[in-house]
Amino acid sequence: MQKSKTTLIKLFTSTLKLSACTFGGGFVIIPLMRRKFVEELGWLEEQEMLDLAAIAQSAPGAIAVNASILVGYRVAGVLGALLTVLGTILPPLIIISVISVFYAAFRDSAIVSLVMRGMTAGVAAVICDVVINMAGGVLKSKRVLPVLVMLGAFAAVRFLNVNNVPVILLCGAIGAADVFWQSRSGERHHGAHHGRGAVRPQ
Amino acid sequence: MTYFQLIWSFFKIGLFSIGGGYAAMPLIEQEVVDLHGWLTMREFADIMTIAEMTPGPIAINSATFVGIRVAGVAGAVVATVGCVLPSCAIVMALAYVYYRYRGLGVVKGVLSGLRPAVIAMIASAGLSLLTLSVFGEREITPGAHLDLIAAALFLGALIVLRWKKPNPIYVMAGAGILGAALYTII
Repeated sequence: MQKSKTTLIKLFTSTLKLSACTFGGGFVIIPLMRRKFVEELGWLEEQEMLDLAAIAQSAPGAIAVNASILVGYRVAGVLGALLTVLGTILPPLIIISVISVFYAAFRDSAIVSLVMRGMTAGVAAVICDVVINMAGGVLKSKRVLPVLVMLGAFAAVRFLNVNNVPVILLCGAIGAADVFWQSRSGERHHGAHHGRGAVRPQ
Repeated sequence: MTYFQLIWSFFKIGLFSIGGGYAAMPLIEQEVVDLHGWLTMREFADIMTIAEMTPGPIAINSATFVGIRVAGVAGAVVATVGCVLPSCAIVMALAYVYYRYRGLGVVKGVLSGLRPAVIAMIASAGLSLLTLSVFGEREITPGAHLDLIAAALFLGALIVLRWKKPNPIYVMAGAGILGAALYTII
């Protein structure tokens, strides 16, 4: 764990900037965090970021806050977590405090809503870019089960309107069952190649 | 007394809203409109609209808004802290467990099942945002009007991101400014 002063400052300013740009709620912050903490700063691994996203989604509270706590804790322990929480809640706290004074004017402002419309398109593009990278990684692994889980989860959430939490629980159970099944068949065949050749333990 | 009520109400909202923003909405309405009468239904609808338009989680945005209405800036801080307290305790405990046990076989299995699901959820959230931006609705309905400017902004931003790999914050801000200019001119 690196805890130097510069790391802590970087941690705080990064979450502050990310939080100020998280339009559209919840999961939008995950691709932005991935760009920042995985690609740019190299503080987290790709898979770790996805694990943290799953934990953030499954725990109570706002996803953006939960994900920040996890990243802060990972980088600099409890102090890091407190810093990232502060960084995440300050922008909305300040922005909403200011807006609450003249919120009717803000709500009806034409120019504000036009900038927001443009930004929403930009945010959608950022998420799309990250999804292409991440889904590409799953497809390149050439394993059947993760691809099926990814497509199934997408269909459940998108087309069947299933809540995210039961989908996460089920996918976790599928992953556990896969490992269990493989270790059993591995014992039986002494690790020999078995029926589902495309699926292998990580 | 008011501070205590604010903290307690938003503590409950923070504790029971599992699954993010839209799951929190009915809880917020119950506490803030029905139970305490801190906001009227009209004000509640307004704050939900503003929460969509401004950055930050919906629960945090409404905590700040309600807090400031009921007890000024101190109220906003108190309500916001109440809202994130359950997350702080529970998520830090989960982080500890994750980093301690993620090497175990069964935990690895669970996590390998979760990763593709998380990618799917990010994709779904992104698609909702894209249809909201391009069609003005979260779901594509028949006869929905295609917003050509938004579609062009999206494609342009995506091409720039794939080719040049700039900082996404510049892309979002640029899309906002360019969008406002285009909508005004056209």
